[in-house]
Amino acid sequence: MQCVAVDPITVVAFNASFRLEDNGEGMKQGVDPDDLTRPFWEAANLDRLVIQNCTRCDRLQHPPARTCHQCGSDGALAWKEMSGRGRIYNYGVVHDCPIRLLQEDQPFNVAVIMLNDDPGIQMYSHLPGTPVDDIPIGADVEVVFEATANGQKVPEWRVVAGER
Amino acid sequence: MARCGGGAVSTSPAPASVYRVKEGLGLWEHRGKVAAVGIGHSPTFRRWDGTPENSVGGISLEALRRAIDDAGVNPADVDGLVMDPSTTTGAFWPRGKPLPWDSINAYNRTDDPLDGITGLSADWILANSAELTGIEFTSYGVGCMSNAICVAAQAIGDGRAHTCLVLKSWHNLEGRYYQGGANAGNAIPGSSAIRSLWGTPACFGTAVQFAEYCRKYGKTHDMMAPFIENSRQNGLKFPEGYWAQHRPEEITPEDYEAARWIAKPANLFDNDLPIMVSAAYLFTTADRARHLKQQPVYILNHATSRTRPRSLTPTLDEVEADTARTARKIYEGAGITANDLSFENMYDGFALFHQFHIEGLGYRGLKFGEALDFYQTDISISGPNPVSPSGGNIGCGRSRFWMHTDCIQQIQQRAGARQVTGVKPEIAVSGGPMPVGGNYMVWSATPGS
Repeated sequence: MQCVAVDPITVVAFNASFRLEDNGEGMKQGVDPDDLTRPFWEAANLDRLVIQNCTRCDRLQHPPARTCHQCGSDGALAWKEMSGRGRIYNYGVVHDCPIRLLQEDQPFNVAVIMLNDDPGIQMYSHLPGTPVDDIPIGADVEVVFEATANGQKVPEWRVVAGER
Repeated sequence: MARCGGGAVSTSPAPASVYRVKEGLGLWEHRGKVAAVGIGHSPTFRRWDGTPENSVGGISLEALRRAIDDAGVNPADVDGLVMDPSTTTGAFWPRGKPLPWDSINAYNRTDDPLDGITGLSADWILANSAELTGIEFTSYGVGCMSNAICVAAQAIGDGRAHTCLVLKSWHNLEGRYYQGGANAGNAIPGSSAIRSLWGTPACFGTAVQFAEYCRKYGKTHDMMAPFIENSRQNGLKFPEGYWAQHRPEEITPEDYEAARWIAKPANLFDNDLPIMVSAAYLFTTADRARHLKQQPVYILNHATSRTRPRSLTPTLDEVEADTARTARKIYEGAGITANDLSFENMYDGFALFHQFHIEGLGYRGLKFGEALDFYQTDISISGPNPVSPSGGNIGCGRSRFWMHTDCIQQIQQRAGARQVTGVKPEIAVSGGPMPVGGNYMVWSATPGS
C-alpha cells in the first residue's frame, strides 16, 4: 500500500443510464463532495478506494474526520489506497428505508464490509448481485464502483466468485 | 441569555469535565449527597396538535410546574435549571412552511421564533416562568435526560446550585420519521453520504449487532418476545406513558413475531414510537431533601461512556467491551456491585440492545450471550429479577426518561400498579441511550455508608 495523491476529476453529469439493472438495485442519491471527503469521492471516480490515514500513528480511520481520532493530529492525515478486498462482517435487510430514491427497491441488503487492509475499517454495501437475505457472512468481497444519481461513483462490493 | 438572579448569563453546554468518563476515578465525591425529590410529567401526544399549550414549550412548563409541586418547594427557592435544548424526535419545521405565529406569540419569545416549537432554550423557559425568580445557574446537558441528570447532579454536588430543575422535552410533527429533508432529495453532501447512501434506518446498526449476537451465541429473534411483552405490560401500568394514555394495547409473542421488519432482524416492535412529551425532576442536596415532601432518592453515582466506535457502526466486540467498561465505572463510583441492584432500568429504544446493557452490568450474574435465555424466565415486576420495570421506550413511547422516573418512583414506593413486589427497591441503575456512548446513574433509598 502507498499514500497517493488523488487528482481532481470532473464529476460526470447525471444520466439515468447509470442505473444498475443487472441486480435490481435502485439508484443511490447523488453525492456532492465536500472539503473533508473530496479525495475519497475523487478517487472513487477513478475506480480507486482510498481511506484516510494518520501518518503519525499509521492508523486508518473511516468515516473521514478533521483530526486523527487516536493522536488528535490535524496535520498528519493523508489518503491511502486500499487493496479493494474485504470480508462480510454481517448484514441487515432494509424494509423501511428513509431515503426516497431507494424505497421502490425494498427490501434490500445492507452488509457491513470489513477491509482486509484493516478489519477495523467498515464500509456499507448493497452487495449487488447477491439475493436478498441470502448473504454469505464471512465471505470475501471485492470493491466495484457504481454511479449514483448525479454520476458520482461510490464504492460497492461484490462477493468474490466461488465464495458462495 | 438566560435571566439569572436578576441579571443575565449565557447558557452553554456543560463542559466535558462534568461527566465521569474514565475508569479509576474511585467513589463519586458527591455520592449520596444529591437527591431527587420531585417528578413532573406532561401529557403525551403522538404529534403536536398546533395549540400553544401542547407545543413543546407549553408542555415543558407544565412538567416543570408539576415537578416543583410534587417536591413541595417554593418556586422562588429553585436556583438551578439544567436541560437539553434539542427536542426533535427526527421532525424539523419544513422549509417554507409558514411559522405557527399564534403559538409563538402565545408566549414570551426569544430571538428564534421556533424556540418553544422545535427547540427549547433556557431563555425561553425563564422568559415564561415568572415564578422562577431565584435561578442562578443554568446549563445544557445536551443529548437526553441522562446527560442533564449528570450535569445537574454534579452541579448540586459542586455547590453551583442547591435546588435544581432537570428538564427534557420532545416535539414531534406530522410526517414520517426522518423521511423528509435531505432524505427526500436527489443528492447529499459527501460527509453524510459516507453513511447515508445505503438507506439504513436508525435501527440498522443495532440490527447488525443483534444479528452478530445471535450468530455468535446461537440465539434467535423470537427469543426477544418475552422482553417485548413484559415491556409493554409494564408500560401500560405507567399512567404517564403514551401507550397507557392513548393506546392501551398489549403485545403478544404472536404479535411480535408477525410484525413487519424495519431492518431485519429489527422489526416494528423493536423500535420505539416518537411522541411529544416532557419530564422534569427536582434535585436538591441530601440535607435539604430530608425536609421536603417526598422521600429522597439519593444519587450514588453518575458515569458516562464517550467511546467512539472505530468505524461506521460498533461491532459486537466493541459493544461488549464498552458495556463491561461502563459497568465497572458505574459500580466503582457508587461503591456497589451487581449484587446490590434491586432492579435495572437500562435503555431499550431499540429493544435489541437492552441485553447488551444488562449483560455488561452482569445483572443477576448474567454473562455475555445469556440475556435472551434470561428473558425466558420470570422478568416481571412481581418476580425476583425485574427487567425494565418502567416498560421503557417500548412500553411508553420514546422519551429516554421513563427509566429514570421509574427508578425514583419505585424506590419511593409510589410506582402504583407498576411497583415491584418481588424485590425490595433499594438500589437501581438507569441510563443510556446507546450501549456504546451513554450516561448512567445509580439511585438509592439511602445515601450509602
